[in-house]
Amino acid sequence: MTRVCVVGAGVIGSLYAGHLAQVGEVSVLTRREGHAEALNAEGLHVSGKSERQAAVSATRDPAALPDVDLCIVATKATHLEAAAQALEGRLPGATIMTVQNGLGAEEIVRAHGDWPLISAVTFMSGTKHADTHVEYILDTETWLGPYESTPRESVDETAQLLASSGLKARAFDNLRPAQWSKLIFNATVNSVAALTGLPHDRHFAETARPDDLGRVVRELMEEGTRVAAAAAIELHEDPWDMNIHATQHGSAHYPSMLEDVQVRRPTEIDLITGSLVREADRLGVDVPQHRALYALVKGIEESW
Amino acid sequence: MRVCVVGCGAVGSLFAAHLAQLEEVEVWAYDLARDHVEAINRDGLRLSGVGELVGRMTATSEAAEIPRCDYGIVAVKSMHTDAALAATAGVFDDESAVCSVQNGIGNEETVAEHVRFVIRGTTFPAGHLIAPGQVGWDTKGDSWIGPFEPSGTPMGKVEGLAELVTRAGMPTHALADARSAQWTKAIFNAATNPVGALTGLAHGEVCDFEPTRRLVTQLCDEGKAVVAALAIELDHDPEEMVDHAARVAHDHKASMTQDVEARRQTEIDFLNGAIVERGEEAGVPAPLNRTMWALVKALEDSWALA
Repeated sequence: MTRVCVVGAGVIGSLYAGHLAQVGEVSVLTRREGHAEALNAEGLHVSGKSERQAAVSATRDPAALPDVDLCIVATKATHLEAAAQALEGRLPGATIMTVQNGLGAEEIVRAHGDWPLISAVTFMSGTKHADTHVEYILDTETWLGPYESTPRESVDETAQLLASSGLKARAFDNLRPAQWSKLIFNATVNSVAALTGLPHDRHFAETARPDDLGRVVRELMEEGTRVAAAAAIELHEDPWDMNIHATQHGSAHYPSMLEDVQVRRPTEIDLITGSLVREADRLGVDVPQHRALYALVKGIEESW
Repeated sequence: MRVCVVGCGAVGSLFAAHLAQLEEVEVWAYDLARDHVEAINRDGLRLSGVGELVGRMTATSEAAEIPRCDYGIVAVKSMHTDAALAATAGVFDDESAVCSVQNGIGNEETVAEHVRFVIRGTTFPAGHLIAPGQVGWDTKGDSWIGPFEPSGTPMGKVEGLAELVTRAGMPTHALADARSAQWTKAIFNAATNPVGALTGLAHGEVCDFEPTRRLVTQLCDEGKAVVAALAIELDHDPEEMVDHAARVAHDHKASMTQDVEARRQTEIDFLNGAIVERGEEAGVPAPLNRTMWALVKALEDSWALA
């Protein structure tokens, strides 16, 4: 049986852990003692798109983690450095998969060990109702690709493992084009949602009137696309098409940055919009709209 | 001499309470908030903050109760100008002059649809409502007024109002062309108000935080380019106004920030919206002003969800 460790049991980490426990032995590294205790006592309940009651072994002590074959680091990007530090010198036989928003998660993990790494982005979403209960809302794919010299077979195996647990997964030879599509999409949708209080709904696709929000969204996505072009990345999917498609869903998705702002939690703006702006700087591409939204979201954090 | 203040919110209250200090002026305050009207009639209109003042006047929500007035001072939110003037038009005759001291661009055109002589005005003082009948006076400052060009308002009427308001304690300058002052303030407001409204930061905090302060400069620059294309010369650099306001009104939350916190419709159409539209007519794009416009409109829309 495959042994899997999930680091960080927020929405995404809980969705992986809750599903993978059907097909493997799952351990979970949490940040809070109470969270680990609750998971050990009650297990993990997944509702919504799938119904699962999973037994997991949880701890907040990295030294207590068992050896595993696969480790999924699903912390927020803001906690990634601390998580990678906690794993340093541990999990010798593991392949580590990162699913953080933005760019550069793999480099952060690499700085703490020489595990084979898998790059991943996920489009799943859900809502955490309790430490031991997550609702699976959007059952969209996780995309995986090799990082550095990780063999493609290892990526395929991981994708198959996810699929066998009931999640949707797709393996790529090169994840960069998909990572960039998602980065541009996320940098735009998250910051606009955080600033307007709107979930990702029809407003994001409306462009008829001069003050329609879709015009701003399109401009932001065009800026991001110019950065990708300067980085010689051919996007996997056009972010504006992704936006149109996503806003046609029945229920509007609440981007995580909107939730962060509503509960006054530090956002991932530095890792999402920030990584796009840093790339733009490096490549000499002008991104005034992204800079403006970056300043405004930082301003919200400043107001707390 | 009778003056009717149309809209007795923060700014209208500053004018009304000051004018009420003059013995020869009879002030009427028109406002739709009945608790505010009752408090003013009972206890007077009380200003506190950078100055203390109580103005005695008659307040009403019924325009028909107001006698003919020599001057009007319009201080309603821009989106309420048409309704407020439609209600009070009978207060003014062909000798009256009505002055807008509102934020933004386009209010005088609306006032002129209801009265003969219109005065274009811009005011710097600011405040906030504390309770019915009580207004916090956050900032002192000058006002600039001039004839609204198409209505041919005689300069004498402009000077008369400037003299009156100045003597009441609010320094007011009569100008042959008040567009410069108005655009300076509009660019200032368009550059600072949405940044405050979207972040929740007070004006001084917006200026202390480097990323937002830089955004303010970019928004000012777009506004300045639009005004240059319209061949209007600014009387001050809006940037100087930004820094000045950070010193004298550091903790003041812009009226748009107050609106957003109270979930009231904002004046964004008359600020950033006007800059974008006038810019488009003149062939000058204002992309960041458009972004502020769309973001604040979307924020207003989000209140319908909850």
